[in-house]
Amino acid sequence: MADVIIINEADNVAVVMRDVAAGRAIELPGGESLTALADLPAGHKVAITAIGEGGAIVKYGESIGEAAEDIAAGDWVHTHNIKPAK
Amino acid sequence: MNGFRGYERPDGTVGARNYVAIIPSVACANGVVSAIAREVPETIPLYHGHGCGRGAARDLELHFRALAGLGKNPNVGAALVVGLGCEVIKADFLAGVIAETGKPVEVFEIQSEGGSRSAARKGGKIARKMLALIEHVERKEADVERLILGLKCGGSDSLSGVTANPMVGEVTDRVVAAGGTAILTENTEMIGTSHILERRACCPDVAARVKEMVGTADRLTRDIMGPLASLVIAPGNMEGGMSSIQEKSLGCIAKAGTSKIMEVVDYAEAPSEKGLILMDGPGYDIESMTGLAAAGTQVMLFTTGRGNPIGYPIVPVIKIASNTRLYRAMEDDMDVDAQASLDCRTLEEAGEELERLVLSVLEGEQTKAELNRQDGIICPYTTSPSF
Repeated sequence: MADVIIINEADNVAVVMRDVAAGRAIELPGGESLTALADLPAGHKVAITAIGEGGAIVKYGESIGEAAEDIAAGDWVHTHNIKPAK
Repeated sequence: MNGFRGYERPDGTVGARNYVAIIPSVACANGVVSAIAREVPETIPLYHGHGCGRGAARDLELHFRALAGLGKNPNVGAALVVGLGCEVIKADFLAGVIAETGKPVEVFEIQSEGGSRSAARKGGKIARKMLALIEHVERKEADVERLILGLKCGGSDSLSGVTANPMVGEVTDRVVAAGGTAILTENTEMIGTSHILERRACCPDVAARVKEMVGTADRLTRDIMGPLASLVIAPGNMEGGMSSIQEKSLGCIAKAGTSKIMEVVDYAEAPSEKGLILMDGPGYDIESMTGLAAAGTQVMLFTTGRGNPIGYPIVPVIKIASNTRLYRAMEDDMDVDAQASLDCRTLEEAGEELERLVLSVLEGEQTKAELNRQDGIICPYTTSPSF
């Protein structure tokens, strides 16, 4: 089973298809890999690039909110570090 | 997408099925309709709970349009309308509107037929005659322009918007690119994405209608649910990984692919444009499926993560499981395992495969919901209480 799905090529987050423990490698569809910086539950999002505070979290090619803090590639992206888009 | 072999109706629409529908104009006629369907089991009874007791003109309009639309649906080859006699939605009028399609339509009222038993006998005779009448209609090659695809999700989970809905979106794009039509409904599932949908509208008028529809859905949700409105993105969604209402709604509207929105139609209203259409209407599965069927959809793509088995009496419904666990747990009900499809294929390849299934279902392949006779009862959308 693929580790993650990236829905749109403009996305900066991918969806984790199974639980991934912090420190484990995640293989991206392009063949590159990332290290999970936190425990990632299946169905949740992982940053595939660094996203600076205030930057758009992009999924489906659209903004689903703003980064509430600097987010590193491999980080879990959820309500704790997303704020509603202005 | 190629065309499909279907049943051409006198009004130019093309059916994927060739049914005789028995339509009660009011719930009081359900018993007679049921007696007819027992006697002639090849017919499709469209039981519902409405037809009277409504003060709001809006509800009568919705219910009438839904019942008339079901009769007009191209999957129905002939329709028998059974009225009681004193109801608000007049059986004669309903039958007349369905007959505008040119298909065989008959009507009678129980109060003028000497009661239930003789009405059922009369209905049985008409139903048999209608079956014989449409039996000879053969499938003919039809253009994709005749196709109207219904888009639906129900019992969603966190993977619905990741696997199943984007796969359906791929099919939608292919149908639309080939000149066909697809209808996305469930206005509550669009809350938070109005600006995105408006941007995709073909013209400012359509953008304004999108804004009005989604704005009203947002307001109604707040009016009805009050402080609980935020739960439209439910705690379960959050646990599953949804971080915002935009994210949840984007997952739902992913079923509509990336095409331009050509028209916004009212609930149960047949589109006058081709391409991607939005239909105003609720998220509640059974009501929104009635809206889609009444708009003339010949097939529906229904994604589910938790496992909703429901079908629709006159429209084949293809069930797409968002995850392999559900597919294995409910293989009786699920036609497609979207997670497995995407595991070894690109989204485009998975979409192509699903499109092939849509075509075979249009040409007669039975869906799991059809095999299971998941046809239940018709629920039209209702906005106010009865009296």
